[in-house]
Amino acid sequence: MVSLDVIQQLKNSGLTGRGGAGFPTWKKWQIVHDEKKFPKYVICNVSEGEPGVHKDEYLLDHHIDEVLDGILAAGEYIQAERAYIYLRSDLFLRFKKNIESRSTRTPLVCVKEEGGYISGEESTLISVIEGSLAQPKIRPPFPTQKGLFGKPTLVNNCETFYVASKVLQKTYTHTRLYTISGNVAHEGVFERSDTETIADILKATGNMPDFDFFVQVGGGASGPILLSSELHVPVPGSGAIIVYDRKAVKPFELLNSWVDFFMQQNCDKCVPCREGLYRISEMIKKEKIDNDVLQDILFTLMSTSFCPLGRSVPVPIITFIEKILYAKNTAD
Amino acid sequence: MPKTQQTNVRCIIDGKDISVAAGTTILQAAKKTGIPVPTLCHHPDLPVSGSCRLCLVEIEGRDGLFASCTTPVEDGMVIRTASESISRARKINLELLFAQHTEECKDCVLQPNCTLLSLAREYKVPIARFQDRKKDYPVYQFGPSIQFDSRKCIDCGNCIAVCKKQGVGFLETKKHKTWHETMPSADKDKDCVYCGQCIVHCPVGAFEAVGEFEDVEQCLSDKSKTVVFQFAPSIRSSIGEEFGLPSGSIITEQLVGAIKALGVPYVFDTSVGADVTTIEEAGELVERLESGERLPMFTSCCPAWVRYVELHHPKYIPNLTTVRSPHIILGSIIKQFWASEQKLKPQDITVVSVMPCTSKKYEITREELFHGALKPVDYVLTTRELAFLLHKKRIDISKVKKQHSDNPLGIPSGAGVIYGASGGVMESALRTAYERITGKKLAKLDFTDVRGQKGIKRARVRINKKTVNVAVVNGLGNIHIIFDELAKNPHAYDYIEVMSCPGGCIGGGGQPIPTNQKIREQRAQSLYDIDYATSVRTAHENPFVQTLYAKFLSEHASELCYTTFSPSKKDKPKIIL
Repeated sequence: MVSLDVIQQLKNSGLTGRGGAGFPTWKKWQIVHDEKKFPKYVICNVSEGEPGVHKDEYLLDHHIDEVLDGILAAGEYIQAERAYIYLRSDLFLRFKKNIESRSTRTPLVCVKEEGGYISGEESTLISVIEGSLAQPKIRPPFPTQKGLFGKPTLVNNCETFYVASKVLQKTYTHTRLYTISGNVAHEGVFERSDTETIADILKATGNMPDFDFFVQVGGGASGPILLSSELHVPVPGSGAIIVYDRKAVKPFELLNSWVDFFMQQNCDKCVPCREGLYRISEMIKKEKIDNDVLQDILFTLMSTSFCPLGRSVPVPIITFIEKILYAKNTAD
Repeated sequence: MPKTQQTNVRCIIDGKDISVAAGTTILQAAKKTGIPVPTLCHHPDLPVSGSCRLCLVEIEGRDGLFASCTTPVEDGMVIRTASESISRARKINLELLFAQHTEECKDCVLQPNCTLLSLAREYKVPIARFQDRKKDYPVYQFGPSIQFDSRKCIDCGNCIAVCKKQGVGFLETKKHKTWHETMPSADKDKDCVYCGQCIVHCPVGAFEAVGEFEDVEQCLSDKSKTVVFQFAPSIRSSIGEEFGLPSGSIITEQLVGAIKALGVPYVFDTSVGADVTTIEEAGELVERLESGERLPMFTSCCPAWVRYVELHHPKYIPNLTTVRSPHIILGSIIKQFWASEQKLKPQDITVVSVMPCTSKKYEITREELFHGALKPVDYVLTTRELAFLLHKKRIDISKVKKQHSDNPLGIPSGAGVIYGASGGVMESALRTAYERITGKKLAKLDFTDVRGQKGIKRARVRINKKTVNVAVVNGLGNIHIIFDELAKNPHAYDYIEVMSCPGGCIGGGGQPIPTNQKIREQRAQSLYDIDYATSVRTAHENPFVQTLYAKFLSEHASELCYTTFSPSKKDKPKIIL
């Protein structure tokens, strides 16, 4: 029973989705496998749109065969009619030929991403491949049940397929990819143990700053801010570590860069994300934050946004304001 | 598709034990139980969008809030529709909505039924914390029919969804700088047909018909003109809603009384014009059935449908019946026949049509309908506009003195009244065509197969030894089904009625808001009730119409009752503010 073996191996590996949400990979594969409807599809998500995250691009540059092996293994396991590789536009231009020229048992089709960061969200990318507006879909139904063109669809991040391939080749050594950037000596993507702490990663890569600093981890827009004293934990989310020089940082510029990113890259569908972000950006641009208003909007973003993008907005803002902005003010 | 076995799930909402079919959303379950949950973007005609984030609820054991419109009930769920967090989130989201919506409450058609305003009051929303985000946004005008004030738009997407559902796709969302904006399409192959469904599906009054009530008010004070009103079949069972009456209330005589209370001396019933349309259209149908030419024949009294054909499917232009629509015919009869009886000059008469429709505002501008410089109809008021005018003059239609429409053009057959419901034109024409072909009276006048709210209705009618295949398209978005069938078999049908608005004119773009399936059913049923209660139920048996033909129409029908069509191009939307 080859297929049982696939699930068992994924289960034993403990692999969870590397796009940031962390859903158990074996479970996703099994649900799609067990769906009775056909055709089925596999989608590999290489939209990678968040600042400070470059791991998927790195994988296509250095390990494209393993990534495609993972996709094809999934395709075979769920009996997919086709596998789509959903690529950020520059990656689409660079890799389409290479990928589509391969003769594979499951045909591989490259699709160019439209609509920015939001279109990396799994139900949104399905809308884009279907030719509709880049907006997230109502869940349930989940893509595993009714995904692309209403058919069972397995959507995984590029790194997830890369790791799945290593698991099935029995070469997986519990590593993951970290993108390190910012005020560091050695920017880049590093493959290291998935349990390593942020402090250890920075040290091992020769990137531990010798100045007063803080980091943003996970993703360069949605990730939380951690102080230099809080680095004895593993990296969450998409594996980004961005180092900031605390003295050099201009707080409102940094806040603005996040809020601007979300405002430009969201879909404008739901009220808190469309209007709430705008009102936060108004305050940041005036460098005058009314804390009541801010708390109100962050509350509604966190608790009422349609999709994970809106719900992720408060994290960097709250942690930055609490740990850096207000801390700085009291220190002054 | 085989029906899957329906299972029920149980949940508790605000302490009430409720059992609903699996797949039911929390919002549906709450509404079914009479538990109020505020909504703004939700419209039962449209797919759920979940954009306004007001219908929030809490689910025990789960973090955060959930939009009840997108969350299906699961077995054993314990749901709360009120809590401090829920109120706080609703209040903030309302405030954010309010801050993008530029209030124009004084002139707004939604007054006094504005959900946004009443929710703002209920949740004590502070209105002054933010500046209106959209205050410098444009106001668009589409043809002579519709205005889109994008300063009021809350980006819920209902207009885009309904425009797509109509098969028109003129409204779309487009990224412009930071925002995805709702706007008219720049695609030269996509144009507005003026059906006005965007208006009745907009929760905040951003869409409205081009107002003509000010012109009408001016005419009423101009003593050199004789102002004559006519009202469409469907108004009698819909306008009551604007005055708090239950939907479907039949108030024909109050309607006449109310219009007269505005100072209008003469009020006629467009259903009489419908009787004339029926007689002529049945005649044309019989001719085409005998010659076999230009079949299937399509109805053409819906100007949005006509525009759709002229824009996108000109090859079907020869198939449209050339008979004019009821209010245009009645307008000409008023200005030419009735005027001479009254010893009035046609140019001294102003005809105002009260219509359920926004595309009728466009129809009256079609020059092929003019008699020289004389327009059959001068102004079109929508149902809402007339109600607005009555409210303004403090005339309460539910309390006004009942009056009959004026003779000799005031008493229609039952067939003329059912014109307002989808299938009504077809049924009226069949009643008359049958008797014309067979020379016999119909044993049963009711063609129930063509009634109701289904998107496509088909029937086979035996007339003598021939089977006449008919279809009714209820909602413009369904026409592609018939076009596909005709592409395969051009002889699939002999006669096809098309009404752009769902439910026909009772669901028109000029009708009271809200309009939804249940309300459409009630408005339509009332028209059929009137038909049943009327002694004359066929157009050709209407004695008033018979006299009209004897005195005038037999001689003039060819010039007053027929029109032409031609291929048309996109009319670019204008920015008027």
